[in-house]
Amino acid sequence: MKKRYIIPIVYIAFLMLPIYWLVAMSFKTTNEILAGFSLFPQTFTLANYRVIFTDPTWYWGYINSISYVTLNTVISVTVALPAAYAFSRYRFLGDKQLFFWLLTNRMAPAAVFALPFFQLYSAVGIFDTYLAVALAHTLFNVPLAVWILEGFMGGVPKELDETAYVDGYSFPRFFVTIFLPTIKAGVGVAAFFCFMFSWVELLLAKTLTAVAAKPIAATMTKTASSAGYELGLLAAAGTLTIIPGAIVIYFVRNYIAKGFALGRV
Amino acid sequence: MKTQNNRGWFFVLPVLLLVAFNALIPIMTVVNYSVQETFGNNVFFWQGLDWFQQLLNSDRFHAALGRQFLFTGLILVIEIPLGIIIALSMPRQGVWVPVCLVLMALPMLIPWNVVGAMWNIFTLPDIGLLGYLMNHTLGINYDMTQNPLAAWVTIITMDVWHWTSLVVLLSYAGLVSIPDAYYQAAKIDGASNWSVFRYIQLPKMKTVLTIAILLRFMDSFNIYTEPFVLTGGGPGNSTTLLSIDLVKIALGQFDLGPAAAMSLIYFAITLLVSWLFYTLMTKDDAK
Repeated sequence: MKKRYIIPIVYIAFLMLPIYWLVAMSFKTTNEILAGFSLFPQTFTLANYRVIFTDPTWYWGYINSISYVTLNTVISVTVALPAAYAFSRYRFLGDKQLFFWLLTNRMAPAAVFALPFFQLYSAVGIFDTYLAVALAHTLFNVPLAVWILEGFMGGVPKELDETAYVDGYSFPRFFVTIFLPTIKAGVGVAAFFCFMFSWVELLLAKTLTAVAAKPIAATMTKTASSAGYELGLLAAAGTLTIIPGAIVIYFVRNYIAKGFALGRV
Repeated sequence: MKTQNNRGWFFVLPVLLLVAFNALIPIMTVVNYSVQETFGNNVFFWQGLDWFQQLLNSDRFHAALGRQFLFTGLILVIEIPLGIIIALSMPRQGVWVPVCLVLMALPMLIPWNVVGAMWNIFTLPDIGLLGYLMNHTLGINYDMTQNPLAAWVTIITMDVWHWTSLVVLLSYAGLVSIPDAYYQAAKIDGASNWSVFRYIQLPKMKTVLTIAILLRFMDSFNIYTEPFVLTGGGPGNSTTLLSIDLVKIALGQFDLGPAAAMSLIYFAITLLVSWLFYTLMTKDDAK
């Protein structure tokens, strides 16, 4: 083993420590947590997880979160695909300005948009629905998806399009049966990043929901303040939020880094 | 070559409609509020640019802005070099590469409030792993809720923990794209490690590093949830960053006018600095 590998090993250990502490805490009883310091759970318990899986206010939080994240990923990637195609293939009036304007939305602080979104979505009657959160998250996910997809599409030679037209393909048929399979890695990466940024965001998700679509993250903050400080329960809920991300990341492990590397700056 | 074709507009129409609904309407709402005063009941009075003037002269805003720049500056100074060093020392191929990448990417996929809660549990003085080590094993008085310096060290460490991997992944993507022939040529020339880095690796990483710096700037400048959950902006106001202050004014006190003016200035600063970074880092390419 080379000596320089010590750096990534130490770094990964540093990354894993707080995660370990969270997971260890989730298997402890409240008494043990408050009694003092212990490196491993002394009385191993699954009680915290049992509460989450039996109490609807808890497990609905997960269902709500997954629902709006999925909806957001579908909307973002669907509208970004044709736009990215246009940016990678055509020059049209104002294309550069439009691209930059899209990217500025990625820079918008969520805090700036929280209140106006609340009013806008209440006005059109979609407050406290999955659609509200999914739409709000497109603000930063659509520009990102366009950016990543444009990078992948730019790597596909234009001859592919031209050959298809010569062969008599219509545009929609070419796009779906030839072009999409060619850039499926790009679609995967774009979907991954949309999933990621929608899954981790809380401020907008919390502001735009009340009961019916409340995300798990909001359930956690509410529990933390109302039911005393149940650290074990909070730790178990936190541990469970890591799992969807870990699954998604496993599928795209070979493409994560490429996603941004191919995008144009 | 791209063809000149205004049919492009037809393809970007869905995005345009979505973003117009999602970004233009809210921004116009904010602009609208920023020049008016309300005492409730939906009655508004024209206020002109008073809110902007008041804000630009307010000590509270200057303090929050100062803290924000300090935070973002520290983040960039620590995370960018650290990320490059880690990417350089990672294996280029083999079974350990995907393991490294998955483990490193993990923190980025944890919801932001869970990150805050996790670090809170991790640093509790008597029952957290780090808190216990500092207070009881090393004998350093470490308590975020009392000591502003401890709070700052903790939010910086937390962000390094959370986001350095993004810099690592991007730099690594740039590094693996360098053909082996470059290294062999450098070896024949007897180049030192430093010159290999300076003249081969760094130029090849330039594009991805530009993206990394821009993303880290935007995201750390707009950070809200993690420090809010961890410290709540305290002790006192010592970790009240711009977003935290803005949410306090907008959703806490419901001062719509001042909050809107602050929103616009905040957004403008983010845009301006991003544009500066972008121009500075890509100006060599244009030549």
